[in-house]
Amino acid sequence: MNRRAFTRLTLATAVLPALPRAARAVEEWDGIVDLARGQEVWWHAWGGDPKINDFIAWVGGLAAERFGITLTQVKIASTADSVAAVLAERDAGKTTGGAVDLIWINGENFAAMKREGLLYGPFAERLPNWRLVDVAGKPAVVTDFTLPTEGYESPWAMAQLVFEYDSARLPEPPRSIAALQDWILANPGRFTFPKPPDYLGVTFLKQVLYATLPDPAILQSPVDPATFAATIQPLRDFLASVEPALWREGRAYPDNESALGQLLADGEIDIAFAFNPGRASAEIAAGTLPDSIRTFTLQGGTIGNASFLAIPFNSSAKEAAQVIANLLLSPEVQARAQDAATLGFQTVLNLKALRPEDRARFDALSLGPATLPPDQLGPALLEPHASWATALAEDWTTRSGTGD
Amino acid sequence: MTAGLTLDHIQIDRAGRPLVRVDAHVAPGEVLTVMGPSGSGKSTLLAAIIGSLDPAFTCRGRIWLDGRDVTALPTRERRIGILFQDALLFPHLSVAGNLAFALPRGVSDRAGRIAAALAQAGLDGIGPRDPATLSGGERARVALLRTLLAEPKALLLDEPFSRLDADRRAQIRAFTFDIARANHLPVVLVSHDPDDANVSGMRTISPI
Amino acid sequence: MIQPLRAAPAVTLVLMALPVAAGLAATLVPAAAPGALAGLLAWPGLPRAVTLSLTTGLASTALALALTLLILAALRGTPAFRLLVRLLSPLLSVPHAAAALGLAFLIAPSGWIARALSPWATGWSQPPDLMILNDPAGIALILGLTAKELPFLLLMALSALPQTDAANRITLAQTLGYGRTAAFALTVLPALYRQLRLPVYAVLAYGMTSVEMGLILGPDLPPPLAVQVADWMTEASLTRQGTAAAGAALQLLLVLAALALWRGLEAATRAALVRAATAGLRLPALDAPARALALTLAALLAGALLAGLAGLALWSFAGLWSFPDALPETLSLSTWTRAAASLAQATGQTLFLALSSAALALALTIACLEAEHRFRLRPAAPALWLLWLPLIVPQITFLPGLHRLALTLGLPPFPATFAAHLVFVLPYAFLSLAPAWRAFDPRFIPLAASLGATPTRALWALRLPILLRPLLTAFAVAFAVSVGQYLATLLLSGGRIATLTTEAVALSSGGNRRLIGAYALLQMALPALAFALALALPALLFRNRKGMAA
Repeated sequence: MNRRAFTRLTLATAVLPALPRAARAVEEWDGIVDLARGQEVWWHAWGGDPKINDFIAWVGGLAAERFGITLTQVKIASTADSVAAVLAERDAGKTTGGAVDLIWINGENFAAMKREGLLYGPFAERLPNWRLVDVAGKPAVVTDFTLPTEGYESPWAMAQLVFEYDSARLPEPPRSIAALQDWILANPGRFTFPKPPDYLGVTFLKQVLYATLPDPAILQSPVDPATFAATIQPLRDFLASVEPALWREGRAYPDNESALGQLLADGEIDIAFAFNPGRASAEIAAGTLPDSIRTFTLQGGTIGNASFLAIPFNSSAKEAAQVIANLLLSPEVQARAQDAATLGFQTVLNLKALRPEDRARFDALSLGPATLPPDQLGPALLEPHASWATALAEDWTTRSGTGD
Repeated sequence: MTAGLTLDHIQIDRAGRPLVRVDAHVAPGEVLTVMGPSGSGKSTLLAAIIGSLDPAFTCRGRIWLDGRDVTALPTRERRIGILFQDALLFPHLSVAGNLAFALPRGVSDRAGRIAAALAQAGLDGIGPRDPATLSGGERARVALLRTLLAEPKALLLDEPFSRLDADRRAQIRAFTFDIARANHLPVVLVSHDPDDANVSGMRTISPI
Repeated sequence: MIQPLRAAPAVTLVLMALPVAAGLAATLVPAAAPGALAGLLAWPGLPRAVTLSLTTGLASTALALALTLLILAALRGTPAFRLLVRLLSPLLSVPHAAAALGLAFLIAPSGWIARALSPWATGWSQPPDLMILNDPAGIALILGLTAKELPFLLLMALSALPQTDAANRITLAQTLGYGRTAAFALTVLPALYRQLRLPVYAVLAYGMTSVEMGLILGPDLPPPLAVQVADWMTEASLTRQGTAAAGAALQLLLVLAALALWRGLEAATRAALVRAATAGLRLPALDAPARALALTLAALLAGALLAGLAGLALWSFAGLWSFPDALPETLSLSTWTRAAASLAQATGQTLFLALSSAALALALTIACLEAEHRFRLRPAAPALWLLWLPLIVPQITFLPGLHRLALTLGLPPFPATFAAHLVFVLPYAFLSLAPAWRAFDPRFIPLAASLGATPTRALWALRLPILLRPLLTAFAVAFAVSVGQYLATLLLSGGRIATLTTEAVALSSGGNRRLIGAYALLQMALPALAFALALALPALLFRNRKGMAA
């Protein structure tokens, strides 16, 4: 802590009772920004997509220039690795100066960290830009897989499952799970999904459940182990029927979203999917997918959720990590993330709450050739309770995960 | 004080079995030839005299040089020079570099000393050359010069002529002995070539 | 000065063996937790995963060893052999991950081979749905491991060969009417194999437990045991730590069992060779087919490795490259320019780790060898085993525990990673330098002493300059080993040190071939540069010294 920041903090504390609440919040935040100056933030974020890596590097430039923060992306293969790292640190008694300062997280990883008490917070609702977030219109920003975030993570992007196909090879794609099933059986070897427990692979299983369960509302409650097997029987039936007609006869699966996208780019499959409506356009812009790729969603909607930032309890730069989380909520950064040429991630902000000049940033964005406009994206289905992801992944691994 | 090299009841054992037994005095300018078949421990004797005996051997007796007991001294303080079958010129140094390596630290005008030594040996101007480009005879003479520049008080020769061809062998042998005699160095020569002994015309003993 | 030097060998061995032993203990302790073993046994993929670990490890080791011996027996002295020897260092310095990724792109149904033959020969306008990669029997993994381990075994065999007096023995046997191949097998092999035994064990242990090669080339459902253990260790639900530890313990037992089995095979082979020799089996007719087989297989494997790497390099410059185009539609630098900053940063981290760990490893190696010389120490057989320990004990069984220990000790990421790199770098530095050091003419040092040189002067002015080339080669080997470290860097740095290798493997899960190509290319370029310097520097410094030409 430098001396100036220290004086300022002490002053702030000294005059606290005298100030009205709002002013006190501003003063408090100024103190955090002061403390953040000179800190180093190690942001653990999946490193499999160069577009995301470039975006994070750009954010790092802003952070250095405006706040004197050094932001470094730790490019991880799986968020679970970082969760395990924090857990290992806690078990080793390392309660300060941890290796992970900031994590891109959601779903079961968030649930696990929260359950194990591995998170710093609550902090999200204290961020100055929180007031711009569209809490009413996008409830997923405060409910992560049905688990209330309670300020322990801050949203930074909206995501929704969209399917991708090559319109040059496939004029009319199947627009429901039932139609997809028929299509897979009629076109063996041309469809697959990432291998659960991969996030996107599990999302596909959930999407099938939404379409095949008599009452999908039960997905909002925790899994009941007693009835689980019977409940998911329709999913098991679906998988049993399509598996022989999957890519490689279901004996091998791609690892994740990028690997699935690469199969589409290589022409090994005809339909892929991503948790990002703008991915295909961004890949076309980068020259890695042909410009005949288009996207579609399913009748009845596809699963949507938010991406979050969380701060581990032993982060060595908690102040700077909060400044980064706030920076990511700024209209400038949100608009850049939504630009199809950058990431194509949907914003978490309420556009109506923005100042006109900030709103103009979003209005100026073009969708790109493959991105559906918001009104054609269809409804975003709620993520099931986090226990479903774990249970579905485990069930799949047990039943299909041995390749028999 | 007795000038020269004294091998005072030297006995070298290997695994408790005696390998070499020598008791001799070599006066300055004298050549003692140790003659024996290969494997008879001749080279082991030389290793004992310079102090680089492998610990697999044990050595009893004392070594005196010009009245000084050198038995317990490390090799570099004994001031006993040695020449092997091969010239063993250091391949990464020039001829002059090889000679400079041997010249004691305090000596001034090192380049001049080296040039003079080369001229004396009839090797003018080869100082900058790569040792690998020398002829066998030149190499042998450079090796001898190198040994002498370290100002030894005694000289050991480990079959140093055996790798040379016949006509050059006599020439180098004469050159070596002349220089040793001129420098009043006691010389111990080990060899299995009877010619070495005959020419040197000196005392010949067997290693055991 | 004298006392520290005398302690050098002991200190060095402790630096290598202690982390392995301590890490092993810390990894395996959770295996004793209640439910750990039950969790492992409940996994339905277990029997197949265990079988895969055994079959891929044993088959790739047997193939790599057989081919190494076949090449030595049938091709030594031919131009093809000289070419292969020249390719050894570059092939050896290719990190495992890069080699696997290159191979994967080459043989995949949408890979370069299929593209080159499509559609004119195959009729494929879209990639066929064939299980060539990640096949359930692990054949792609076996081939990848064989191709990557062949250069290592060949190099080890080449450095051991002079001690077997091979040329004379083979000539002698040939004058007795033996074929070349039979002469090699009956007269050279027994002595050679004694030197080759530990490298072979290391190859076997690596083949059974490689995580990155298993991930990229191996079967998927289920994967080989080591891949699954790594998976469990990093699972989000945080409930699999016990299962993972039990898996690691099982993996260790499997490696020990495989080593025991291998020793049995050794004894059987030895007995067979003795029987063949006493029966006077001359087999001259074997030579022509042996030569053809060795040539074909060596060309295939080396060609596959090189073509795969060339493919990766091409991907890094590719624009759109659709199936079945054999070459990209457009070439562009955009991958490189977009990733320039991260590439530069990863290169910096890689260089920093590799240069520092290789330098310390070389210094320790020199201290050990000098101590061995000055104090006439005889390296005992247990010391040699300790030297190979980090290469034989599976990484997945001791690195996680080592990480936990580093955290407990409060070691920051760089020192912890550096220490782990040193564990792997040291044996290679030592194995690379020791033969040249011990082959140094033993008469030079007493000669220098008789000329008045101190031991220190003899070391600095004679031995080190004369051994400059093997010294630099050992440095390059150590450097390449550090560059290739994946698990050690990932686990011990807690993700804070991003080297070219950790970045490439992280990217490999995303399948972005362009970026993988860029990282893999740099990953190969750094060690290649080190090897080039190790050749060029002595040649330049000693350009006028014929005696220094190797």
